[in-house]
Amino acid sequence: MNEVSRNATVAESADTGRTFYTMLVSEGIKARLIAPSPLPPADVIELESGDWGRCGQQAGAQGWRWAGAWAEDRGSHLAMNAGLEKHGRYLILRTALPADNPALPSQAPHYWAADRVERHIQDLFGIRFIDHPDPKRWTRHRAWEETVHPLRKHFPADGTPSSPTPPDNDYPFLKAQGASVYEIPVGPVHAGIIEPGHFRFQAVGETVLHLEERLGYVHKGIEKIAEGRDPRGLVRLAGRVSGDTTVGHAWAACMAMERAAKVEIPSRAAYIRGLLAERERIGNHLLDLGALCNDVGFAAGYYQFGRLRELWLRENQALFGHRLMMDVLIPGGVTVDVSPETVRRMRDSAASLRRELDELLPILDANSSLEDRFLTTGVLSVDLASALGALGYVGRASGRSFDVRRDAPYPPYDRLNVRVPVETQGDVASRFWVRYKELRAGLRLIEQILTGLPPGDLSAQWQTPAENAEGLGAVEGWRGEILCYVRFGAHGRISRYYPRDPSIINWPALEKLVMGNIVPDFPVCNKSVNGSYSGHDL
Amino acid sequence: MLRLYGKLLRTGVLTERVTPTAEDEAVEREGARLKTIVDKRFRGSLAIRQVDAGSCNGCELEIHALNNVYYNVERFGVHFVASPRHADILMVTGPVSRHMEAALKRTYEATADPKWVIAVGDCGVCGGEFGVSYASCGAVSNVIPVDLAIPGCPPAPLDLLRGLLSLFRGS
Ligand code: SF4
Repeated sequence: MNEVSRNATVAESADTGRTFYTMLVSEGIKARLIAPSPLPPADVIELESGDWGRCGQQAGAQGWRWAGAWAEDRGSHLAMNAGLEKHGRYLILRTALPADNPALPSQAPHYWAADRVERHIQDLFGIRFIDHPDPKRWTRHRAWEETVHPLRKHFPADGTPSSPTPPDNDYPFLKAQGASVYEIPVGPVHAGIIEPGHFRFQAVGETVLHLEERLGYVHKGIEKIAEGRDPRGLVRLAGRVSGDTTVGHAWAACMAMERAAKVEIPSRAAYIRGLLAERERIGNHLLDLGALCNDVGFAAGYYQFGRLRELWLRENQALFGHRLMMDVLIPGGVTVDVSPETVRRMRDSAASLRRELDELLPILDANSSLEDRFLTTGVLSVDLASALGALGYVGRASGRSFDVRRDAPYPPYDRLNVRVPVETQGDVASRFWVRYKELRAGLRLIEQILTGLPPGDLSAQWQTPAENAEGLGAVEGWRGEILCYVRFGAHGRISRYYPRDPSIINWPALEKLVMGNIVPDFPVCNKSVNGSYSGHDL
Repeated sequence: MLRLYGKLLRTGVLTERVTPTAEDEAVEREGARLKTIVDKRFRGSLAIRQVDAGSCNGCELEIHALNNVYYNVERFGVHFVASPRHADILMVTGPVSRHMEAALKRTYEATADPKWVIAVGDCGVCGGEFGVSYASCGAVSNVIPVDLAIPGCPPAPLDLLRGLLSLFRGS
């Protein structure tokens, strides 16, 4: 988007938080728009807990996207938050609940994406969501009892686990009826070098009738063990929420903390973060484009993309000291600089990767086996993607163009020309080609960043924020929008950290898009979405 | 099709001899030694079952890279298999999440003897950034017996390769 149209979008949407507030009041809902906002640039509206569901319904009707929810133990009470987004403006709904027997009307009847996020909160805080369409446990398996809630402050981080933890073998999966329907249980240990999770298929012959996902196997208590960390320690942990998105999550956590502490990072640091994030995007796209080729038996594509990725990671190692670029972001800035020699090398590697992609394009395009397996496979319709609020390339392959870098731009993207490729077919082919185009767009961004790289410091002096200071970060990771909420406690230590990986929003899409496909196409469907298990399970 | 063949020919063979650093010139020699052991004791084929027991997925990315054309671990007779029943080695990552504890133990039991377990990554070796908590058992060795630890966050493919070579060193 060019400057003019971006400004137009911002102007037209400048008041959406207030507009929504006015609408709620006119509906007779008791609401309070908090001014000044404690979470700028997002607006915050406080509600009565009884109106939680109704406000969700109103927000849905007004075209707000449901972006996530988190709760917080505030001692005397629990706080519940839901994040909404429209035209690149964020709005946080907030309410208070009693610490004993907390309950409030669910937003899941109005927002599909709220289903699992609310169940996660139910399992970890003991908040009951009234009218939730499917309130069974989600993140909880058997590591703690239903009666205790790990994210309550009095729950010890070590817990009181029974040893050994029993397997979770009575989860109430949907049962299939009918003589010719059979069930295929897959996982948690999968047949490959991939993360664990369970898939329960119901099939007739080769055709998938129904898929039910069961995740939570790699729940590591990230939100709990974040408590009490110092800012640097939090960024280290954030960089391991999902290893493939180490820059993305570290950036989101830094942004949330920097907003809470009112620390402005130097422009050079923002540009370098942009470089690192685009490198992460490109590295992951190269890996998955290859993996998609592999899943349909096109070995040459797998090896070619794998080769390009390996070269890319080696350059990460040479330039930034780590193949995946872990631990190069810190609160206030970055630890790595970009020398003129680095600029030259990155320009060269961007140009040579583009040449390679030019060469691969006609090969991929003309390959009939790719076409045969990708086209019309795993379709996520534009309507379903919009109902879910699908993020990143999953959304963009199904007509949704939202991209935080362009629509809610943060430095350095506020000064760059971010192109967002969109397709509308919603099949594996669309997701493949959207990612191919994002790869090329990422290369253009790297070149823009190298050209505009301003001089200056690598980091700002950290300032310990006041107790209770809070911040919200939003960045576009390679899988899509990452949200991050942080609240500080005493002495600049973290009292609440919630990272919302795009995966928790996108995982349900797989259940829908695989329906009616043949079982052997499941791997390629799954890879085309490629949700993070770790980022989902936390 | 011609374009594809052209690209394949121009790309050529990229698999590297494993002597990229001065600090460990012995790797190539040990690669040959491993190959000899694999040939003799495993009839030319050493099968690894990888188990993610709670990792952040960073370790998986690097284990995956062992299969790319630059490392091409299959040339030593080492390959990744889909079932623990076919495996000689379990390569386990993560702090072991409590939710994966039972699955990891079952995978271990399903692997035929003799078997070896390699804990990969700082998390697998000592719990790493996650440690022991209500949700995590920490190190792999807290759950099943471990024969070799390969630290790193994540260990690079070359570290993994060296670790693998060292497993049978002296045996
Ligand atoms: S060792 Fe590092 S890369 Fe591996 S699982 Fe742990 S945090 Fe992730």
